[in-house]
Amino acid sequence: MIKQHYQSIIVQTICSLLIPFIQLFALYVIFHGHYGPGGGFQGGVLLAVSIILQRLYLGTKIAHPKFPPKLTMAFAAVGLLIYGLAGIIPMAYGASFLDYGSLPLFWVHDAELRALGILIVEIGIGLGVFGTLVLIFDNLVGERW
Amino acid sequence: MAGMIIAIVLMVAGVFFLTVSALGLLRFPDFYARTHAVGKSETLGSILTLSGLAVYNGLELSTVKILFILGFVLVANPTATHAIARAALRTGLQPWTRKKVEPREKRTEPS
Repeated sequence: MIKQHYQSIIVQTICSLLIPFIQLFALYVIFHGHYGPGGGFQGGVLLAVSIILQRLYLGTKIAHPKFPPKLTMAFAAVGLLIYGLAGIIPMAYGASFLDYGSLPLFWVHDAELRALGILIVEIGIGLGVFGTLVLIFDNLVGERW
Repeated sequence: MAGMIIAIVLMVAGVFFLTVSALGLLRFPDFYARTHAVGKSETLGSILTLSGLAVYNGLELSTVKILFILGFVLVANPTATHAIARAALRTGLQPWTRKKVEPREKRTEPS
């Protein structure tokens, strides 16, 4: 067991058991978003919740090296970049903003290309929400990092 | 038909336990008794309600999802209750008693 401030073996065991399942469910929500309820925002929130739960039960001193706070800004920026590129690249091909039908992926056809575009945008939103929420948590906790 | 009767019995029992836990949350005197009411009987109530839904649904994909939710509630709800009650005890909240007692010293945190 990991030595920490408030040792509670129940909380440690259950949290370390639950976190992989929460992350798996988050990926399911992101990738299944256009068939059922859910989507990028909800999946990103679930991913962020798994990281925040890890920070809560391990304490920031142990949990920060596992997922460094400097990475969160990078995740948010990459998510925003994916979303922006998926929006702007069709404009370069003469369509309107976020028109997935004219993304330059020539090996997929019409309807499949639209589904793939939705998936790309959902992944971007998920990464952005994930990074931003963990960043908000780190700033609210207020430790220097 | 028998499955329907089993589902109705399970769901009515679940709703009874949920009502009892809400009553306990309103009527019990202090924090620890309220966490006791919520942690135990609400877990039991939601488990009974969800298993009633699973029996009502029959063999389907959504039954498997309901069973996953049931397992998650069964694991997560007592753990959250335990963590909250433990944090309250360690920060020095006094349990309620009928008699006046000397206030215990606040526990010092191990460093």
